[in-house]
Amino acid sequence: MFDTLTDRLGNIFGRLRSRGKLSESDINAVMAEVRTALLEADVNLKVAKQFQDKVTERCLQIEIHTALNPAQQVIKVVNDELVEILGGQALNLAYSDKPPTVVLLAGLQGVGKTTNAVKLAKWFKSQGRNPILIGADLQRPAAVEQLRVLASDVDIPVFSENSDPVKVARNGLSEAISSGRDVLICDTAGRLSIDEDLMNEIRQISDEIKPHYTFLVIDAMTGQEAVNVADSFNEKLTLDGMILTKLDGDSRGGAALSAKTIVGKPIAFASTGEKVEDFEVFHPDRLASRILGMGDVLTLIEKAEDAFDQQEAQRAADRLLSGQFNLEDFLEQMQQLKKMGPLQNLVGMMPDLPQGVNPDDVDETRLTRVEAIITSMTYEERDRPEIIDGSRRSRIAKGSGTSIQEVSLLLKQFKEIKRMMKGAIKPSKKKKKKSSKGRKAKQNPRAKKEINKTANAFDLSEFGSFKN
Amino acid sequence: MKKISSELENTRKTFSFFSKLKRNSQVSNDLWNEIEEALIQADVGVAATSRIIDVLQAKSKEMKLSTTQSILDLLKEQLKSSLQKFNTELDVGGNPSVWVFVGINGVGKTTSVAKVANWKSKENERVVLAAGDTFRAAASEQLEKWANSCGAELIKGADGADPSSVIYDATEYAYAKNASLVLADTAGRLHTKSNLMQELEKIVRVANKGSGTVTEILLVLDATVGQNGLQQAKSFAKSVDLTGIILTKLDGSSKGGIIFAIAEELAIPIKLIGIGEGEEDLIPFDPEVVVEKILDFQEDS
Repeated sequence: MFDTLTDRLGNIFGRLRSRGKLSESDINAVMAEVRTALLEADVNLKVAKQFQDKVTERCLQIEIHTALNPAQQVIKVVNDELVEILGGQALNLAYSDKPPTVVLLAGLQGVGKTTNAVKLAKWFKSQGRNPILIGADLQRPAAVEQLRVLASDVDIPVFSENSDPVKVARNGLSEAISSGRDVLICDTAGRLSIDEDLMNEIRQISDEIKPHYTFLVIDAMTGQEAVNVADSFNEKLTLDGMILTKLDGDSRGGAALSAKTIVGKPIAFASTGEKVEDFEVFHPDRLASRILGMGDVLTLIEKAEDAFDQQEAQRAADRLLSGQFNLEDFLEQMQQLKKMGPLQNLVGMMPDLPQGVNPDDVDETRLTRVEAIITSMTYEERDRPEIIDGSRRSRIAKGSGTSIQEVSLLLKQFKEIKRMMKGAIKPSKKKKKKSSKGRKAKQNPRAKKEINKTANAFDLSEFGSFKN
Repeated sequence: MKKISSELENTRKTFSFFSKLKRNSQVSNDLWNEIEEALIQADVGVAATSRIIDVLQAKSKEMKLSTTQSILDLLKEQLKSSLQKFNTELDVGGNPSVWVFVGINGVGKTTSVAKVANWKSKENERVVLAAGDTFRAAASEQLEKWANSCGAELIKGADGADPSSVIYDATEYAYAKNASLVLADTAGRLHTKSNLMQELEKIVRVANKGSGTVTEILLVLDATVGQNGLQQAKSFAKSVDLTGIILTKLDGSSKGGIIFAIAEELAIPIKLIGIGEGEEDLIPFDPEVVVEKILDFQEDS
């Protein structure tokens, strides 16, 4: 889709390898690329320029070590600066001495205020609080019904009435006090930042309930306009933070940088899916590499280190090399992989995917099916798949709730992997062992190539999980 | 329709963005930079902007234009003509015709369905609404409230029902009652969710199975969107045969500049634009409105 910044910079740096220090003109050429990357990620033009100036200054000061790749060094500076701006001071949520702690949500239409009001309430609940939701969006038909349905699923009370939004907020506050709720979250109607009347209305709501926290809900897909939106809402309401939504899409999320630069207050939460539990505390480092289009390399490495049991991996690698790799090992590897989190997220974090693989087409349910097929086999069958004949196949298919075709396909692919592994890996035995760890694989291009090869050999597309 | 004129009135003071440049001054690099910045700030995108400027520079050289004003006028014409070359008629060739509204979450699909229903009902067409968003809580209630206010009939299923069947039922109902138009709402879906995109393919397939014909599949696009808008359009176009775009929320300060990249790469026409929250604020596409909006910048706002 986009050239990654790494690719772009690679071209420029190719010709300056030998020099000890980056000259100003080199840096300007690099920064032009950085700026383009930021603009393609929807960072506002003015914000991008400001950022560029800041980073240029920092880059002029770095010494380029001959041992290190200058592109990596510059990217690191850019990335650090981005993380610094996106992160800065984290939101330190303090609860009011005089409950309830009042939270007001504001934003444009369709950014996900209602959904995130419930997500936030559920989050407070998980922190041991007793939240109540106030439905003050009387503008959009059935918005209050939506809030009620979502809230009842997670067992959180909703207050609303058919009056006007300011009144609803006021009465909601008394309701929260009388029913002993310690956190109040007020959902409001979506409004355009240029709509004077509605902006005044939300100011009135704010005056009425005196929120301890006012959050701007902002869509990660927003374009250049994010700056004006953040600015207008901040001016009217004095924001305490932001909630970034729709991060499960494939937008690069530069709007967050724009808004953050303007408002200067933390991005407190991120919404990463349609389900109520798809809501987390915001990670500035993840978004920084997403904006730069570099994949979430660091997070991936961390995850791999956490989840992968080194010894087990070593054992599997040994078996693989000796040609004893069986379906049981295969199952174990798959379960290891799943420990690292949803596969889709994982694939999305990889900076360079095998060609034709789109992380968004990865469907984890396919893995579950493979798992079901293997667990429906006897241990003997897992060890010696060649004994699986027609009648065993049909039993396995029945047992796993899949079809004979799927079972056959898995067996065929397993055979293929085994064959590829044997052929491809034997000559460089040592390197393959090392590459069981992500970081080492990264530094070792040959091992990496082999991993890609095996990834290609295990062609998931035959399971129908890739669209193209 | 009076909305258009007032909208135009607002944007008459166009090119305020360029006010720093003297109208009759000679063309300089500043002008090209300013045009570039204006387009980028309108979400046109880096690649599309440089293509537009390349063409503009070539043409202005050929025409030997030397004043700022003449180049800005040419830019306006160029932008308009890149949007004008498509057929923006809405197809009513079915019996009944089914128009399916698709898009990601929160772009204004349900509201657009309601506004089209209102518009067509006023033209005395018999309209049936299909509450095909069975996922979002209270989506069908939202549509029901709109339906009641404009007198259209609504067919809905239970929460979590198969949207294809709801839309199919609406089509058969419309046929039986001699209604000419079915407007099908669908759940918002991120274009990156392949299972939901497959569901959409099924919706269209099933809607075509009965008496009705799907004559329009309209992608609803929020003008606030940035470069991801192109990705959205591409993904939806890959799943279903998009016939047009509804560009919503143009009443804000958003410009919706991504439509140029979409028009160029996918050749999907914009058919309707949303210019406000009222029932009548969805109007046929007018390139004039959109282009004026894109070029109307208040500097340092």
